[in-house]
Amino acid sequence: MCESYGELNAARSNAVLICHALNASHHVAGTHTNDPSSLGWWDNMVGPGKPVDTNRFFVVGVNNLGSCFGSTGPMSIDPASGKPYGASFPVVTVEDWVNTQVRLADVLGIERWAAVMGGSLGAMQALSWTIQYPERIAHCVAIASAPKLSAQNIAFNEVARTAIRSDPDFHGGDYYAHATVPKRGLRVARMIGHITYLSGEDMAEKFGRAMREANYQFHYEIEFEVERYLRYQGDKFSEYFDANTYLLITRALDYFDPAKATKGDLVAALAPARAKFLVAAFTTDWRFPPERSREIVEALIENGRDVAYAEIDAPHGHDAFLLDDSRYHRVVRAYFDSIAREVQA
Amino acid sequence: MNRSQSLRIDLQQIADWVRPESRVLDLGCGDGALLAHLREHKQCRGYGVEISDDHVAECVRSGINVIQANLDAGLRMFANAMFDTVVLSQTLQAMHNAEGILLEMARVARQGVVSFPNFGHWTHAMSLLAGRMPVTRHIPYQWYDTPNIHLCTLKDFEVLAAKLGMNITGRAVFANGSSVTVLPALRAALAVYRFETR
Repeated sequence: MCESYGELNAARSNAVLICHALNASHHVAGTHTNDPSSLGWWDNMVGPGKPVDTNRFFVVGVNNLGSCFGSTGPMSIDPASGKPYGASFPVVTVEDWVNTQVRLADVLGIERWAAVMGGSLGAMQALSWTIQYPERIAHCVAIASAPKLSAQNIAFNEVARTAIRSDPDFHGGDYYAHATVPKRGLRVARMIGHITYLSGEDMAEKFGRAMREANYQFHYEIEFEVERYLRYQGDKFSEYFDANTYLLITRALDYFDPAKATKGDLVAALAPARAKFLVAAFTTDWRFPPERSREIVEALIENGRDVAYAEIDAPHGHDAFLLDDSRYHRVVRAYFDSIAREVQA
Repeated sequence: MNRSQSLRIDLQQIADWVRPESRVLDLGCGDGALLAHLREHKQCRGYGVEISDDHVAECVRSGINVIQANLDAGLRMFANAMFDTVVLSQTLQAMHNAEGILLEMARVARQGVVSFPNFGHWTHAMSLLAGRMPVTRHIPYQWYDTPNIHLCTLKDFEVLAAKLGMNITGRAVFANGSSVTVLPALRAALAVYRFETR
């Protein structure tokens, strides 16, 4: 599935691909007709007059293979069996997604993207574009990213997957047939994920030790506001997200390591890249902290590539890439201004 | 008019010392004016390092390769001898570890260029004789609110360069927007040095 915003110019040179991260979709900006609550996940970034200005750029949002928001995924019916794929849906990788996105570009008649952009896992796809299809991407915008997951990153993913897979309602991934949903597992997965998206500072600011009641109630129900928040996030997520998709996307994250093919040498891995880069990181992001983005920047410099790196002092942790922060948006806007000049030239 | 007309006087001198089509690293690159000038007029390729959010955004808008980082954290992102020329313009006096940054400059490039306000300017001495810290066009800060923690004179810099094994290959000094030839140690407001690592 995909959505687009703005107009493709006659030269087909103003197209921007937005890649999504863990729980988003092709619905990047705007609202769907008759549903004012359906605001796109990056609406503060993409739209008329926004940093990625759809008055100038033709912006494409894509939903990745394996997702639960429209593209073929574990919930889809396997034509061979007539039943949902469930556990039999193949594990896919970031590279696979990029290969599907290239087919989309072919269908849209876009020979070369003016930019491919994403945050977190989305940035990994943008980065992979520069390696897999160097001639088809002019600019790579990689925000809050890493060249590969750390042991700690993988560990958090494994906790989330274990929560899902050990839920009795999971049924080895074939819960559709049992008309169940491993909601308890999904809830825990989302809670643990959510903790890693926020900074300690941000949590302290938002919740501190604020309590529901003035005094301790000496029970295990919600006492602290942070508990209420996490449970709310977990409950909401378990209502709309597919457990198999969660497994699949976290696994794609784990597997992403473009330097694996070059014996861990990221400079060599990025050697084919021809794009220009904007890399941005947030100081309070401890999931993919600035030093992880700097690894990418260092390798690009070593290869003599054009790269700008912004290290944004924002308090919101990993989530900052989705939020409206003036310093962050100013840099992205400035970068797209420079791309717009190239497109016009 | 081309950009060279509007380039700050020390940056113009630095640009004159940079070879065409060379690789340049500009530390504390500000809005990227020098790198943009070198890109347009000398076909140089390069990177700038800058800490200010405002300047980083300006560089990004101009398509300058800017790396947002604190110079006091060193130049770890850059490999040995990666550049032909490394520039530190009007930043040395604000560095915590002035000696360390000069050594790092020597590591990443064969040629270095440094500009700084001359603390030995005669008006500074007058100010000190009058009992006050100098506040001038090139050092426009009150003593209690200044980024300049390592001010030096021409001779101070030359002694440090010699101690660090750097061979000074050029010096240009300026006051009021023009070159100074007579009594530079006292009359120069701004100094630009070029050095090579031995």
